[in-house]
Amino acid sequence: MYDGAVQDLIDELGHLPGIGPKSAQRIAFHLLSTDPSDVRRLVETIQTVKEKVRFCEVCGNVAEGERCRVCLDPRRSDEVLCVVEEAKDVVAIERTREFRGRYHVLGGAIDPMAGIGPDDLRIKDLIARLGNEAVREVILATDPNIEGEATATYLARILAPLGLRVTRLASGLPVGGDLEYADEVTLGRAFEGRRVVT
Amino acid sequence: MPTYRDEAIVLRTHKLGEADRIVTMLTRKHGKVRAVAKGVRRTSSRIGARMEPFMVVDVQLYEGRNLDIVNQVETIQPFAKAIADDYGLFTAATAMVETADKLVDHEKEPALQQYRLLRGGLNSLAGREHDLGLVLDAYLLRAFAVAGWAASFDACATCGRPGPHRAFSAVAGGAVCENDRPSGVASPAPETFRLLTALLEGDWATADASGPRHRREAAGLVAAYTQFHLERKLRSLGMVDRTSESHPEEEE
Ligand SMILES: [Zn+2]
Repeated sequence: MYDGAVQDLIDELGHLPGIGPKSAQRIAFHLLSTDPSDVRRLVETIQTVKEKVRFCEVCGNVAEGERCRVCLDPRRSDEVLCVVEEAKDVVAIERTREFRGRYHVLGGAIDPMAGIGPDDLRIKDLIARLGNEAVREVILATDPNIEGEATATYLARILAPLGLRVTRLASGLPVGGDLEYADEVTLGRAFEGRRVVT
Repeated sequence: MPTYRDEAIVLRTHKLGEADRIVTMLTRKHGKVRAVAKGVRRTSSRIGARMEPFMVVDVQLYEGRNLDIVNQVETIQPFAKAIADDYGLFTAATAMVETADKLVDHEKEPALQQYRLLRGGLNSLAGREHDLGLVLDAYLLRAFAVAGWAASFDACATCGRPGPHRAFSAVAGGAVCENDRPSGVASPAPETFRLLTALLEGDWATADASGPRHRREAAGLVAAYTQFHLERKLRSLGMVDRTSESHPEEEE
């Protein structure tokens, strides 16, 4: 334990996701030895984010105004909608430069043990969007873990009556790896999601 | 570091740090175990898919000072996929693993009966052997019985007078006679009492033949019973969706 201010900083940092007590201590001491102007810039950046950035009223992605960059971009297709759990998943998919449609951020996945059910996610907004917009395909891009799969299963069920094309991101083998090292669950999913090549 | 090996059902996982998870499992020999599974959230992890809820695995663990550490994992029964592919099954299976997690209070105390019940319940769900609501309710009644809260659906839960009786009290522990009947308790149909008895005893012929009204009534009583006897509420029980995508009975 350290005195007052230093310990307070360690405690605050320790509340951040992915930061344990040791990392919190390391970051705190790094900040102590950092140039004051650098620290000020960090503080200002954090404040700016909290003041300026909010969630897009259409898709739930992070935005600096009422709508996010993707929703404002006229070059993007209105026909394909990609459903993700978190705004950070939008960033991951944007990095691929493969997808030119728009997004819908659910705000998490169904997790009954944590008390999160379908009504706690932005699913009603999704249905409303599908009623108003020109969407023809919905891509379910929730995480490939049990909560993400169950959320996709739920969405597939409630979207079925709308008559849209509903697809799920393929789960498969990590690029650059050897087949023999794949676990049986991933390999099984890869078989299920195989595609025609000729 | 000493290691041990066991069969385990993964109950739940929590994110830890950048890429790890804390995995809570119910094992055959060591009861409930919480262990760290390192790097499993990376898409390149070979054991991540095996350390998901509802998986039955053969696991080797290092004994740690605080939490044990997962060393090797092999799949025994990959229930996760069949369960996650049907939303009704997912919600029922989640209620089961949450129940097991709460009923087995202490870590590393053998709980073989609970292990067997849960594995049987998940197997029955994944194999779509019976209506998923019935499988869940049978599991709940039996898991509570093993934990020391056996409900009585025939003899009066208060005085023991032989039944059948007409009233049901979750607080008293099941059926109650006219003398012991608290005011304002439910009076379920006799068929509902018979269904509850069948579920507790594993009489599937009777359970499968029951009608939807009695199933609904039984489910309500089981929920009241379990929520009363568990101090910490089962969050997932209220979210169970009893409609299954392709249950034999709904295909008629
Ligand atoms: Zn947007």
